Amino acid sequence: MVLAPGGDAGNVSLLETSAPPQTTSRESALPRHVAGPRSTGWWGMVMLICTETMLFSALIASYFYLRYQLGPEWPPDGIEPPTLELPLIMTAILWSSSIPVHFAERAIMKGNQRRLRLGLALGFVLGATFLAMQLGLEYPETLAEFTPTTNAYGSLFYTITGFHGIHVLVGLMFSLWTQVRAWKGAFDAERHVTVQNFTMYWHFVDVVWLFVLSTIYLFPNA
Amino acid sequence: MATIAERLEVFWEEKPGLATFFETVDHKKLGFKYLYTGLIFFVLGGLQSLVLRAQLTSANLELVDPETYNQMFSMHGTTMMFLFAIPVLSGFGNYFVPLMIGARDMAFPRLNAFGYWVFLGAGLFMYSSFLGGSAPNDGWFNYPPLAGLEFSPGLNIDFYSLGLIFLSISTTAGAINFIVTIFKMRAPGMSINRMPIFVWGELAMALATVFALPSLTVALVMLELDRKFGFHFFDTEGGGDPILWQHLFWIFGHPWVYIIVLPAFGIVSTIIPTFSRRRMIGYIYVVLAEMAVALLGFGVWVHHMFSVGIPQISLSFISAASFMITIPSGTQFFAWLATIVAGKPVLKTPMLFVLGFIFLLAIGGFSGVMFASVPFDQQTTDTYFVVAHLHYVVVGGAVFPMFGALYYWLPKMTGKLLNEKMGRLSFWIMFIGFNLAFFPMHISGLLGQPRRVYTYEAGLGWDIWNLISTVGAFMLTFGILLTFVNWWRSVRKGEPAGDDPWGSETLEWATTSPPAEYNFETVPTVRSLQPLWDQPELREGPQSQEEGGYALTGGHETLATSLLDAQPQAVLEMPHESPWPALLTAALAVMFYGFLFDAYALAGLGALGSAGGLIGWFWPRGETQET
Ligand code: HEM
Repeated sequence: MVLAPGGDAGNVSLLETSAPPQTTSRESALPRHVAGPRSTGWWGMVMLICTETMLFSALIASYFYLRYQLGPEWPPDGIEPPTLELPLIMTAILWSSSIPVHFAERAIMKGNQRRLRLGLALGFVLGATFLAMQLGLEYPETLAEFTPTTNAYGSLFYTITGFHGIHVLVGLMFSLWTQVRAWKGAFDAERHVTVQNFTMYWHFVDVVWLFVLSTIYLFPNA
Repeated sequence: MATIAERLEVFWEEKPGLATFFETVDHKKLGFKYLYTGLIFFVLGGLQSLVLRAQLTSANLELVDPETYNQMFSMHGTTMMFLFAIPVLSGFGNYFVPLMIGARDMAFPRLNAFGYWVFLGAGLFMYSSFLGGSAPNDGWFNYPPLAGLEFSPGLNIDFYSLGLIFLSISTTAGAINFIVTIFKMRAPGMSINRMPIFVWGELAMALATVFALPSLTVALVMLELDRKFGFHFFDTEGGGDPILWQHLFWIFGHPWVYIIVLPAFGIVSTIIPTFSRRRMIGYIYVVLAEMAVALLGFGVWVHHMFSVGIPQISLSFISAASFMITIPSGTQFFAWLATIVAGKPVLKTPMLFVLGFIFLLAIGGFSGVMFASVPFDQQTTDTYFVVAHLHYVVVGGAVFPMFGALYYWLPKMTGKLLNEKMGRLSFWIMFIGFNLAFFPMHISGLLGQPRRVYTYEAGLGWDIWNLISTVGAFMLTFGILLTFVNWWRSVRKGEPAGDDPWGSETLEWATTSPPAEYNFETVPTVRSLQPLWDQPELREGPQSQEEGGYALTGGHETLATSLLDAQPQAVLEMPHESPWPALLTAALAVMFYGFLFDAYALAGLGALGSAGGLIGWFWPRGETQET
């Protein structure tokens, strides 16, 4: 007898009096938990990433559009090109966060709970460090020189890095949620779409940084 | 078999009542909600257009002042493009995509509910601007610098941009849901070369949305940053450039026009074979053409900007792309004509609307090709010629198919047939009214009448054309009302429709009218592009398990199948009713009002509430599959 899952528990007695389930072997042979491209959740995340990619493309295209509308001087109004040390250190930290996250995903595919939790936690710490450095070290320094309202360069600088920063923040919250679920033992070798989706999102945020870095920091120095 | 139905009933029933009104995740109820909410916005946008037409009846009228006129045409355009066309087409899609592909629900039912509530919330948000007399007043494409703070200091433009940002959440969520549903939830055996063309149309719409909409969202965010916080994206003083808005807007806007017609084309390709009594000629070419239109739409954006001043070389490239789009459109056109000519056409009301559509689209397409040549465009930009062309494309290309779809599908949705006589009458009044209203605009446009101007001088030769146009607009409205009356009467005393009143080919006609909450007693195995014509067992009730049907009576379940050939892959446990999508929407609305009134504490509260809403939404309840 297949019992109704949790939400329908109240109706179970009704089921027993009415009719037995009729399950063919074709049906019972099918898995009830799938991950990766077989699952719907995975595709949902892929599509979300597609639309987010377009979002960043539009932002970066706007950067270059405005840059080439302006005269030869870039950054304009005597603003110095961004210094590179801090951004490069932040880059190293952010990108290295993808490694433990990657191993966390690999671990749960083999059912390893401990490594899953460890990898997620490490990734979280690195991501949070990046964000803390952006807000605590980088912005105070740049804001002293120019703000979003100084000119279009300032608007672009803070809007694009800020958009990315918000994505890191969302990724961190997503990570927290995934970690709570992981501690509750919600994932195993079959059920881990949430972990996969978090991983995918996190890698995406890291890849976007490549373009933000090249546009905002490297390009004006070139 | 009855026992299967009994078991499904237990799992799928949503208790009737007020709570379910807010909590439902049933794609059919949500489809209906999308449909009638979208139609209410259609009526509102229509009323605004009647004000416009009344004001233009003859020269130098003073029915409304110029400011009201500006708000009216801006809200008319914005309503029609954002709050009417896509929601109504999504309504049909929500209701019929799962039925046509033999699924029991959309891939993400709660996201579906969320999409609806956000659409409603964003619509109400924008319309609440009328309360303070500050509706958007800078046209539906809202160009800065006019839309900048300096020239539009009121809240009008903030209602527009924040409202559309809010709405974009709904549109994106809906599009992703359609894509995943179509990719993963098709009945076993419905490989992609057996997918109904309407489903292709919705897929093309959803894909184009996912890729086009962010460009608008970015532009809107930039505009609000400029307006609220003094950023400099669009003002030349600070090194910005208003033309950037035009690029971002039309990268989105041009595909958008195709996004509106693509599912409508899908409706046409659904109705034509049924009423021509033969399969669609050139299925594969029609499908390829749909996808090609979605793709080419992106290349055409600059054609809207011929008159802005873009270097010559890119101009001729874009001109070529605009011409090229006529090739896939033409392909579909000839496939429809060929199917009709080769079949035995039955002129029921849905088919009449489709024939009307073909005629109107031919005119719209022709005036469109005229635009694609650069010198002509430069002469007629911002005249009534543009208004005429636009309405031939969107009203001819989308509204007529939608009305055809109402006559075609309402019998499935309500279980009652509409009245044929009244349907035909409605069609002819709409058709004649439409042409009276919009054909003369070609002429007054060529004579130089500018759009968006609230009145004109007598003696310029425009008077008679404007008079005819206004009469036509009221006639069109009357024709539309007739269909609504017809619908209303059919629900009260229409003939029962039966499962399949038209003898159609696709799966939605294999189930009862209206369908049960679980859609199909057994999820059928599909062996043909026209399952109902080629699989006789489907006409005789649910496909038995021996013939390949999946009963899935273990819970609130549906099937997931593989992307290309629809091999069964998994049994998915679907979520139940949930209050969280509506609650999350309410929190988001608080946030957007906070931004609108510069009340950032309120906005923060809304953001916190939204986070809470998300937690409530995803809180595990042991019923859905733990992922
Ligand atoms: C019910 C029948 C309709 C009538 C009588 C009508 C009438 C008009 C008129 C007179 C204008 C020009 C206002 C001006 O420039 O001074 C206009 C503009 C427009 N209409 Fe319609 N319309 C109708 C339906 C629709 C529909 C169904 C759509 C879209 C799906 C639509 C989309 C637009 C747009 C986008 C504009 C441009 C607004 C702007 O300039 O910002 N209309 N309409």
